[in-house]
Amino acid sequence: MKLPQFEYACPTTLHDAVALLAARAGDAKALAGGQSLMPMMAFRIAQPALLVDLRKLPGLREIKVSGDGVRLGAMVRWRDIEDDARLASAHPLLKAAIAHVAHYQIRNRGTVGGSLAHADPAAELPGIALTCEAEIAVMGKGGARTIKATDFFLGALTTALEADEIITELRLPPWPQERAKSRRWGFQEFARRRGDFAMAGVAAFYDLDNSNKAMNTHIGVIGIGDRPHRLPAVEAMLNGRAIDDASIERVAAATSAAVEPQDDIHASAAYRRALVGTLVERALTSAAA
Amino acid sequence: MPIRFEVNGKQVTVEVEPRLTLADCLRQQLRLTGTHIGCDHGVCGACTVLVDGDAVRACLMLAVQAEGSKVVTVEGLSNDDGLTPLQKSFRKHHALQCGFCTPGFITTAHALLSEEPDCDADRIRDVLSGNICRCTGYISIVEAVLDARAAYKSNGGKP
Repeated sequence: MKLPQFEYACPTTLHDAVALLAARAGDAKALAGGQSLMPMMAFRIAQPALLVDLRKLPGLREIKVSGDGVRLGAMVRWRDIEDDARLASAHPLLKAAIAHVAHYQIRNRGTVGGSLAHADPAAELPGIALTCEAEIAVMGKGGARTIKATDFFLGALTTALEADEIITELRLPPWPQERAKSRRWGFQEFARRRGDFAMAGVAAFYDLDNSNKAMNTHIGVIGIGDRPHRLPAVEAMLNGRAIDDASIERVAAATSAAVEPQDDIHASAAYRRALVGTLVERALTSAAA
Repeated sequence: MPIRFEVNGKQVTVEVEPRLTLADCLRQQLRLTGTHIGCDHGVCGACTVLVDGDAVRACLMLAVQAEGSKVVTVEGLSNDDGLTPLQKSFRKHHALQCGFCTPGFITTAHALLSEEPDCDADRIRDVLSGNICRCTGYISIVEAVLDARAAYKSNGGKP
């Protein structure tokens, strides 16, 4: 359908953008790349009375790499992440996951902030934010605050973002550089076509201790249930163990048992349950290789 | 509200409602009907145009967001000497039947070959995965794009 009517504003400062959102309490939406919001409006799932375009706001398009980790400005596009050579070592898991996001044309417009705010349960970036214990920096009429990814995603298309708040930055904790070989990681997802929404996906990483046992294991899943989530019981099975074919097989089976997938038009719950076990197996196998 | 942007090398000023997509603005107000609208919600790729050099879906962009940009439509990719090398390649390889999706494939392939004239078949398939064709089955389209690479390579990314 053609889009419903709305008013449009294109402020030049973050302060003005927040004020515009605050003045319309809940009836206004921030517009970044529009690659999720515009289809939502075409389907009438979203019908904001005012769109506040963020394209003229300064300082939101930068990718910062430092000892504090990787910071992605809210208006950073998938294309920018793809093109940034630093990220191959600064955050290889992020880089691998983002390679699965959408198609060529959408990658030229879709943004970090837009994906986080949209909170699709199958989206890659929310899954990476959650798995890596990232923080999301936001600005509202009450000032700036940071929200832990674990507290941010509340359900399908639902986040902790207040109506007057705009995401400014995603802050990913540092990826080890000095002992880079001790950090093992894998990302796997399955979709009918690369670039389509995943039926399920898995992000995994762990560190090897001095005796080559896994520690600090993080395993997150997307496309299963109403939001991205980690699997603490499965992570605990790996911590303190050597990662070999036998332990990977056990963990894959435990993953299938631990998740509570949904039926939908794309896949049955039973299919997703089997799929996510296979994806964990593949992610850990590629991590250990 | 009035907006000003460049389309195919010409500055235009149009009066648009905020809800008008760039695709509808190009077709209805500027009568550039080469940009086709298939799904109108970002799935089919038929409406692909170039905005500041990047291939984007014109149905997922508001016309007001194009203010100050340089937009190139499929009309802007043709020249006065008949078919471009990419268009010739589509004809040679039978890369279209009904032709509805073709403008989106041409603009997408042009953006790709302009930046990556050395791309391989896998990369071409990956990039074209955002465009849907219901007639040809894609093989001939990939072959046409592969064959058009030479024209972009020999001319520094320009066909």
